[in-house]
Formats: sequence, C-alpha cells, structure tokens
Amino acid sequence: MRNFISGPARWVVLAAAVVVALIAPLYLTAFWLQLLFSISAIAVGAIGLTLLTGTAGQLSLANPFFMVMGALTYVVMSSPVDETGKLIGFGLPPIVGMISGVAVAGITGLIFSPIASRLSGIYLGMASLGLVFLSLHILNNVTPVTGGYNGRRTPNFEIFGIVFGRSENPIVIGGVPFGRLEWLWYLGIICVVLGYIFAKNILRSRPGRALRLIAAGDLPASVAGVHVAGYKARIFFVSSLYAGLSGVLFALSIGSIAPQTFDLALALQFLAMIVIGGLGSVGGAVAGAAFVMSLPILLQSALSNIPLFSGGALTTAYLSKYVYGAAIILVLLFKPSGLAGMWDSLITRLARRKNSSSNTAVPPHQRK
Amino acid sequence: MNLMSTVIAGLSLGAIYALVALGIVILYKASEVLNFAHGTIAVLGAYVTARTVDILGFFGAVVAGVLAAALTALLIERLLVRKMANAPVVSLAIMTIGLEVILNTELTRQIGVDILELHQPWGTEAIEIFGALVPWNRILTIVFTFVIVLIFLAAFRFSSWGVSMRAAAEDREAAEIVGLKLNRIAIVSWATAGGLAAMAGIFLTGAPSAGLTSSLAVIALRAFPAAIIGGLDSVAGALVGGLIIGMVEAFAITFQPELSFLGLGLGDVIAYLVMFLVLLVRPQGLFGRKEVVRA
Repeated sequence: MRNFISGPARWVVLAAAVVVALIAPLYLTAFWLQLLFSISAIAVGAIGLTLLTGTAGQLSLANPFFMVMGALTYVVMSSPVDETGKLIGFGLPPIVGMISGVAVAGITGLIFSPIASRLSGIYLGMASLGLVFLSLHILNNVTPVTGGYNGRRTPNFEIFGIVFGRSENPIVIGGVPFGRLEWLWYLGIICVVLGYIFAKNILRSRPGRALRLIAAGDLPASVAGVHVAGYKARIFFVSSLYAGLSGVLFALSIGSIAPQTFDLALALQFLAMIVIGGLGSVGGAVAGAAFVMSLPILLQSALSNIPLFSGGALTTAYLSKYVYGAAIILVLLFKPSGLAGMWDSLITRLARRKNSSSNTAVPPHQRK
Repeated sequence: MNLMSTVIAGLSLGAIYALVALGIVILYKASEVLNFAHGTIAVLGAYVTARTVDILGFFGAVVAGVLAAALTALLIERLLVRKMANAPVVSLAIMTIGLEVILNTELTRQIGVDILELHQPWGTEAIEIFGALVPWNRILTIVFTFVIVLIFLAAFRFSSWGVSMRAAAEDREAAEIVGLKLNRIAIVSWATAGGLAAMAGIFLTGAPSAGLTSSLAVIALRAFPAAIIGGLDSVAGALVGGLIIGMVEAFAITFQPELSFLGLGLGDVIAYLVMFLVLLVRPQGLFGRKEVVRA
C-alpha cells in the first residue's frame, strides 16, 4: 500500500477515513452500528491473538478466558452496589472498570506466562484449551460474581459525563439523538485503531523480529541471541491485555454477560479469524474478525428466502460454522497468507498496471 | 458407590481415553500433526455403527464403523495433511481444528437430541466383583484396550512398520534417505488411529451410558489432556495418561458430595486441572522426551 498510495495522497485517504468514521453514526442504522461495534470488540482480541499465534507461532485457545476476565472485572467494578447482596458490584466509574478489566486480564496473563513460556506451539494450545474449560467451570460456580448460568447485565459505559446509553436529554447531532450505539461506535473505532497501531509498532521493531524468529524455532531464535522464554512470556502477556479489552467491549456490545458465552466455540472462531485474515497480519486479523462475525448475519439475510435454509434442517447457525470451518482449511491449503495476502497481491497488481502504462519497458510477461 | 466400582469405572474410562490418545500419539509420531478432530472421529465411528446396526447386526456394524473412521482419517491424510507437508506444525494443528468444526457440527446436527442405541450384545448385563456391580461393557473395554496397547507396544518395538515409524519420527529426512516409505507409514498410521478411535467411541456408548448422544464429542475431547499428560510422542504415555485421567475423573464423580466446594460437575473439568499440574512440572509430559539441544 505504501508504494501504491504515497505522499500527499496518503494523507488525503487518511483524512477521508477519519471523516467517514466521525459521521458514520449519522447514517448507519442501529443494526449496522451494533454489528460494527461487535466486530471491533472482537477485532481487538483477534489482533492480540495474531501476535501470539500468527507471529510467534504459539497456538493459543485462551482468548475467551482472558476476555471473560476483562468483562467480569468491568461488570463487577462498575455495577451499582447491590443492596440485597446477591451480586457483587462496586459502583465505580466505568472507565475505572474498563482499565481494571484490562489490568486483571493482564495479571492473569502474567500468572500463566511462566507456563506459557515453557511450552511450545501445540502444547500451549492444549494448556490454553484447559484454561477455557476450567474458567467456565469456576465461573459458573461463583454466582455472586458472575450471576451463574443466567449471567448479569453490563453497566453502561460513561466518560466525560456522556452516558453510553439511554438518557433523558441525549445530545442530538444532525437530527440523530446520540445514544448507546452511536457512542459505542466511536469507542470501538478508537480501540481498534489504537490496538492496530500498537501491534504494528511491536511488529516493526526489535520484539517483532524476535517473535518471527521464535516462530521459526526455539533453536534458531536462541542462536540469534533471542531470549526465547522471555519473549514468549511477554507476548502471551500482551495478547492477554488485548483479550481483556476485547472482553470489556464485547460485554458492552451484548449488554449482558454469561460465562458460557466465553467457551471453546468462541476460541475456535478466533482462530478462524486470524487464519482467514492471514496468520501474523494485524490488518488481516481485523478483516477476519469482520468476516467471521458478519457471516451468520449475512447468510441469514441472503438465504432467508430459500425454503431449505429458513427454519429448515440447515439453519444459518450451522451453515456459518461449515463456512468458516471450510474457510480455515481452504485458506491454509491454498492461500496461507489469507485475506492480507490477497490484498497485497491485488495492490501489487494495480501498482504494476500503473507502472506499465507509464513505462513501456516492462516485459510483456510481467504485465497482468 | 463403593471403592471397587469406582476403580473399575476409572479403569474403563481411562482405557477409552487411552485408545483415543494412542491414536493421537501415533499421528503425532507419523505426521507431526496434533489432530484436533480425533475425538470427533471416535464419535463418527460410533455414529456409523449406530446407523448400520439394524441392517448389519452388531458385529457387522462395528466393522462398518471402524472402516468408516479409518477411511475418514485416511482421506484427511491424503487430501489435507499431505498437501500441507511443509507448513508449520501450528498451521497443521489449526487446519485440523477447521476440520473438527465441520465434522463436529455435522454430527451434532445428525444426532440432534436423540440417543442412538448401538445394541451391544452384552447390553447392560453386569457382573459382581468384590461386591461391586460392574457392567460387562466396562470389563470388555479394559481387556480390549490392554490387549491393543500391548500389541502396539510390541509392534512399535519389533514390526517393520513400528521401527520405520520411529525412525521417521526421529528424523524424516534421514529416514527417507535410507529408503523408508514415509507415504506408506503415514497411510497405515492414519487408518489405524481412525480405527482405534472408532472402537473407543463404540465402548464409550455402551453401559452404563445409554447410547450415543451429541455430547459425546466433549467427552472424547478429554483424550487430549490424556495424550498431553503422557507425552505426545510416547505410546506407553498414552496408556498411563488415559488411566490417570480416567481414574481422577471417576473419583471426582464418586466423591462429588465431599468435593462440592470445588463446584458441581467437577468430573468434567478435572482432566484439564491434572494436565496443568503435569505441564507445570514436566512441559513435555510424563513420558515425552525433552528435546535436548546443544547450541
């Protein structure tokens, strides 16, 4: 992309993107705002996972575990104090809840990082799978914190005096009253963009190169002077921070949380996202999240008129599982670089066409 | 429930886990794949048996189930794993996860809320051992598994398949250079692992459980902690890991009232707890070989 759009054009594109992001809530319906926010919530977690699994080659299924840590901390910290004492709540400001949610996820990540740093590749995959099952078990049993099987409501987010929810006199911009979804849209975009930049910076710098070496093998990495265990522990920690934030946002997007939301199926969806997007690609993780999250909804609207699929034997919930399961396999077989790889080759092709029109010296076989 | 019946329940559950874990270990040694779909292949074997039992009779149906599972595993190797021979181990594992999603969804959809009966000829008949009433299904599971594992231990040591597989697991390039047919080793390994999984699935649906339900895949999944505990590259480890998981689970279920402070349904997750403890002490599993690198 850097070669394709360069110089001032880059800034124009960037400015246009900012403007679109700013005015989007004026034009998008609640349905789309909801979908896009849940995509950005999940995308944050996918970015963290692609750093760990995609770049460093450390298979992890623990994302739902760290998400539920973040989500629960947020809900417990920021829920109003319950007089009956059935559910624990501290009534702290939501921003405090959010920060402590990320922090708690990070701390649990740190607690498990000694295990994570000693295990390689698929052993970590199994250990993290255990984390998901164990946390489900524990959380379903600590009802005062989690609400048990029924779950509990997520308190509205609130910052600078703006309540991300229904209020008596909402701010009206361009005739659109700004409520929960409109404000959440901005929150989601900001989190994804910050998460994207942070991840890109990691990958561009010394740690990024170290992580790629670790993916090539512990031995070559340590020969090159990389402290393998240290980097494995740190990237596990970073990915748990991402998952924690993702959990807080996810809780906000659903409006309530129950432990069983954060199960093995969600862990598998995360893997599908980063594989479809292209392992190790940050932009790809976001694209993969968009693909997997919108798949059931798009299938639903596309197939609702066909009798076989509408309420019949093959519901769209099943169908979307087949599609993303198949997508994982097909991408790994035929295009391991995923959506990110397709995007790159598209850009290269366009750039080449641009060059070849101005420069006739390009041999014919290179033109496509 | 008395102690004896708990021990036997643990042994037979452990034997089932060991059968699936043995397959996982064989595949890991032959193709360096952690096959996440292996638990579901066990369910597939039981499913085909249940669907064909009315036509073929029980033993015919078992053959059909085992063949179907072996064939599926074989196809996975030929069509997918082989094509990704040069991909990183983690990519291969994720590929099998994609497969697991598809297979598991389809089987869940086919089984639905039904309980499919396999009509094992030994049915729910039980025998009294030291005052404990033990279903024949459990006895048969234990005996069958021990015979199978002994055969495999011997085969690994003495048969040409076992020797060449160990050589291949040691160093693929060197094995190929001295003329070992890695292709053939992989084919035999995948078919065998699939067949073993199907047998485990069939035993798992026998007494005291009522039959094949869609929740079976979750149970079969606990063969993975078993394989990890034993060490992914150890046949004996698969047996020991399976037995540990089976025993711990059986005791957790028996002593659930006393262990209630650990929460309801402890038996479903204790396998993972044990796996954690083992990995903390030995990251390569109990019998797994630690890669010694001189750098």
